[in-house]
Amino acid sequence: MDTFTAIFLTVVSASTPLLIAALGELVVEKSGVLNLGVEGMMIIGAACGFAAAITFDSLIMGFIGGMVGGAILSYFFAVLVLNFATNQVATGLALTMLGLGVSGLIGEPFAGVTIQSSPMEFLSFVGEIPVIGPILLGMDPIAYIGFALLIGVAWFLNSSRAGLILRAVGDSPTSAHTLGYDVLRVRLYAILFGGACAGLAGAYLSIIYTPFWAREMTAGRGWIALALVVFASWLPFRLLVGAYLFGAVTILQFHAQGAQIAIPQQFMASMPYLATVAVLVIISASRNRAKANTPASLGRVFVPDR
Amino acid sequence: MATAKKTKTKKAPKEASIPLLEARDITKAFGSLYANDHVNLSIKPGEIHALLGENGAGKSTLVKMMYGVLQPTSGQMFWNGNHVIIQNPAQARDLGIGMVFQHFSLFEALTVAENISLAMTGERSLADIAGEVVEVSNSYGLPLEPDRAVHSLSVGERQRIEIVRCLLQHPRLLVMDEPTSVLTPQEADKLFVTLERLSGEGVAILYISHRLEEVKRLCSAATILRMGKNVAECDPRKETPASLARMMVGEDIAEIKASSRKSGAVRFSIENLSRKSDDMFGVDLDNVTMSVRAGQILGIAGIAGNGQEELFALISGEQVAPESSVIEIDEKTVTALGINARRQLGVAFVPEERMGHGAVPHLVLSENTLLSTHAIGLHVKSGMIDRGETGRFSSDVVERFDVRVPRPDPVAGNLSGGNLQKFMVGREISLEPGVLIVNQPTWGVDAGAAATIRQAIVDLAEQGSAIVVISQDLDEIFEVCDSVSVISDGRLSPAVSTGDIDYEGIGLLMGGMGASSEKEGTDSHAH
Repeated sequence: MDTFTAIFLTVVSASTPLLIAALGELVVEKSGVLNLGVEGMMIIGAACGFAAAITFDSLIMGFIGGMVGGAILSYFFAVLVLNFATNQVATGLALTMLGLGVSGLIGEPFAGVTIQSSPMEFLSFVGEIPVIGPILLGMDPIAYIGFALLIGVAWFLNSSRAGLILRAVGDSPTSAHTLGYDVLRVRLYAILFGGACAGLAGAYLSIIYTPFWAREMTAGRGWIALALVVFASWLPFRLLVGAYLFGAVTILQFHAQGAQIAIPQQFMASMPYLATVAVLVIISASRNRAKANTPASLGRVFVPDR
Repeated sequence: MATAKKTKTKKAPKEASIPLLEARDITKAFGSLYANDHVNLSIKPGEIHALLGENGAGKSTLVKMMYGVLQPTSGQMFWNGNHVIIQNPAQARDLGIGMVFQHFSLFEALTVAENISLAMTGERSLADIAGEVVEVSNSYGLPLEPDRAVHSLSVGERQRIEIVRCLLQHPRLLVMDEPTSVLTPQEADKLFVTLERLSGEGVAILYISHRLEEVKRLCSAATILRMGKNVAECDPRKETPASLARMMVGEDIAEIKASSRKSGAVRFSIENLSRKSDDMFGVDLDNVTMSVRAGQILGIAGIAGNGQEELFALISGEQVAPESSVIEIDEKTVTALGINARRQLGVAFVPEERMGHGAVPHLVLSENTLLSTHAIGLHVKSGMIDRGETGRFSSDVVERFDVRVPRPDPVAGNLSGGNLQKFMVGREISLEPGVLIVNQPTWGVDAGAAATIRQAIVDLAEQGSAIVVISQDLDEIFEVCDSVSVISDGRLSPAVSTGDIDYEGIGLLMGGMGASSEKEGTDSHAH
């Protein structure tokens, strides 16, 4: 494996959790709900996933555990913001704090344990392909799932009827309600999906990326995922570009330090946020472009009148 | 549905006496407020039935219950004589009830076809729906382009979507809430032909309108509500618009008192205003020139989406006009000035969109007052809001313009459309502006409220203000304006005295300058 392949593979594994968590959040935001608790759901996913992987001695169970953990936490959020119509921003922030606390509790018994993950054997034939072959071979299954999820979400939003209903709910919950759609149920499903995605992304971090459990190991990736959704202006394929860009910046920052390049580490760490600000400025310049993609009811509480 | 078909084909004469839909003793309470109080209504198949009442009389509440959006507190609905509980709109649609809403239930970010698809039950491809949209919309004279996003469409075009969306469902009962308020006389005529055709096919139509002439011409029965209660049933063909209005309001409607105005110096003028629209679906303004003298009211007639919004944005200063044009207020050039600077020169503006443009729905009325008064230094004391003054000002407006409020100083979003419109127009007129620019002053407003607003506009002109009324309502233009120009595809015709032109003449100008309804929109950006 040459240096390029090695570096690229580290970029892939740094980008995958960002992509998956951001895809989940994109679906949530398209339904008009702003869930700022991605960081909390990710860290819960990391803890639950790691605990399940060790307990059942199975990576698959680990990923499932992470998704379930993230979804359960997001269900609390859904009950609060949908049924009790609480402020979405405040509830999301509370969710992050709750997630950070509870994950410490869940992960405590598993501190210091490591997981051995093995490369995928069944894909060995792709190793023959020049240049990208070794990369494809070196990628873990979750990276593939990330791509599949991307295509799935893009198809769902643009081509399926359920996706159309989801976008309609995010655009105007009042109109959707008038036409007889159950706005709260659509939003509940979206929030649960977002929670499961964040949980999977978290489980990926603890099971594959590090691979061990440490408190607060998500280290702000949930926030980057949130920023990515805006960066991508709610378009799934831009999310891919964004996730890999930010993944690459994260990795670059290590290599820059290794190569003694005098860029302050803090500057590199702030890059994703600066890039998001820049993108926000660019998309806001054209009113129509921003209007077409931004869910119009984002962050607004909807209470159906009966 | 099977029974409905049988009714129509085999036993039509015998069963025609069974109402298609009957509402019996329907009561709907919102807290302590009774929006509907033991209301009865019955519609026969093939009948065009008018539902009349002032703003807030409970018409919208009643039809929302028929469509399953709201549930009655008590009372029963019968469909073809069978007791039904309509739990949601999907069930209403399955029964065969279609509805055109007054406040549009459209999704701005989605395309026309997507919007229509969302109201259809069952899985159908968008391409399939798009094809049917084109076909049905053209056959009924309501042209629509299925791939355009709704946010780029005018109010009139949006209304067409609502109507076409209903027609695609082949309803047995069609509920129409103010369908013609955004149509030209010619478009309305086409709609009437459509409705009469549907009625001939056995479709019952429940028709809500403030235009009583129209009701008299079209409807064979009417139910009149006042304050949530039935007050009368009648055959509108045997009534006059005035007698219908009296039943709705409970008293006579004041006629507009024509004033003896003298026109003075030019107070507002525009020269050579051309601007390409930023929006790819917008209308490019082409060499617009106008001038209004003190004491004069200029009407700008035109079909929705022919540049009215673009023109209003440039007149108000929300958009800065290009330097090649000259806009003057009282002989001062304001071409490069923004909206507040223009307001300081004594101009007031009333935009078309009530929610979000003219008023902030989540703010109370006194706060909404401040939105337009702070620019001219009113109601602000050393940088702080003078809440006493804003409160006094807004309660004066509420009183003078008869704005019906559920409680003192409610949030703007709680007012019905007509009442909020009265408040917005009243807010600006109370400032006694030297120049008033108002876009669609009485859209969706009932006869009584419209009369109040129009009278206030005429009175303001009498005091020497120059006024521009942009309106699609030709009755309104003839009632209040001295002269009229027609805007069509971004071009403005020269002003003609309203005494020298009739409806037909204006209708020709509306369609004759290149923006007939058939091609409207498709070519607005192609030249």
